[in-house]
Amino acid sequence: MADSTPGKRPLSPHLTIYRPQLTSVTSILTRITGNALLVGALLVVAWFLAASVSPAAFGAVDGLMTGWAGDLVMLLSLWALWYHALAGLRHLIWDAGFGLELETAERLGWGVIIGSVLLTILTLAII
Amino acid sequence: MVQLTLPKNSRVRVGKTWPKPEGAKNIRRFRIYRWNPDDGENPRVDTYFVDMDSCGPMVLDALIKIKNEIDPTLSFRRSCREGICGSCAMNIDGVNTLACIRGLDEIRGDVKIYPLPHTEVVKDLIPDLTHFYAQHASIMPWLETRTNRPEREWRQSIEDRRKLDGLYECVMCASCSTSCPSYWWNGDKYLGPAALLHAYRWIVDSRDEATGERLDQLEDPFKLFRCHTIMNCTKTCPKGLNPAKAIAEIKKMMIERMV
Repeated sequence: MADSTPGKRPLSPHLTIYRPQLTSVTSILTRITGNALLVGALLVVAWFLAASVSPAAFGAVDGLMTGWAGDLVMLLSLWALWYHALAGLRHLIWDAGFGLELETAERLGWGVIIGSVLLTILTLAII
Repeated sequence: MVQLTLPKNSRVRVGKTWPKPEGAKNIRRFRIYRWNPDDGENPRVDTYFVDMDSCGPMVLDALIKIKNEIDPTLSFRRSCREGICGSCAMNIDGVNTLACIRGLDEIRGDVKIYPLPHTEVVKDLIPDLTHFYAQHASIMPWLETRTNRPEREWRQSIEDRRKLDGLYECVMCASCSTSCPSYWWNGDKYLGPAALLHAYRWIVDSRDEATGERLDQLEDPFKLFRCHTIMNCTKTCPKGLNPAKAIAEIKKMMIERMV
């Protein structure tokens, strides 16, 4: 028998060859948005913190927050917040035992994607 | 543990391009993962050209044709050629399925074939499934009874029997478990969709009398709860079963028995 001792054997490719699925992409986005929201939240904290320190400190952070970079982070955070909230609702539905048929799960996935974009636009229109 | 890149000995290199069949007019290109345990080399992806005018309709037909006519060293498991034995599970065109029931006309462009993802490769398209089978054995895949044996068989109502539909059809091909990112990262402790679907199959069996013990055994941060409803399992199952739903039902039972 050939020498294919366990341990010497190669590990077959996984992430790089597996075709992304609607359900897997919406799942990892839930995690990514959840973690990325920390960045936005920390920026807001820095903003408030600077306001309590000195006018100069506030000026510096305020400049960053209201500049294009701050706007971009806040826009993405707004979308991430809606996405993460809707994805969380989807998890609640699943945990209750509903929406687990593939077609329904995929429809919920599209709902989370389209819903998060629409709600982001709606929020921007209101504020 | 999440490790996104492959270990050094597993990185895939560009392999050999085998000659085109002579006189063939309708040629299709196949890119197939190869690893030979005897030559000490890294895995590679070989390119084959198959004459589609003389090839059967399924991916397995093409693999057998390659083995017969081009390269007899190409290794893969196969047996029933009709989707009931589960031997020829592999990653075809980016998703796990059975080569014998995946039609070549369902795939666009080159046909890319890899072993089941994140498994130890024995040779070419043959993964080592020892751990996968051990996990199946660990969920006690048999009827556990406490009461005295009935004189004849253990009876079951038609409604109770119906609860096993969509569960008993599993052929243990490992497509679902090896499609699951959670199983890739935590497969040593997480049981994976196949073993959990089987676990549920015995939990809901009206004749089984060890439901509590079965749930106790799964009450663990890894065995069951590493399922994050990614649903690659359900999407990829060649038999059209729904492991994600079975796992969600077990999670529900875990909560129901506590409240």
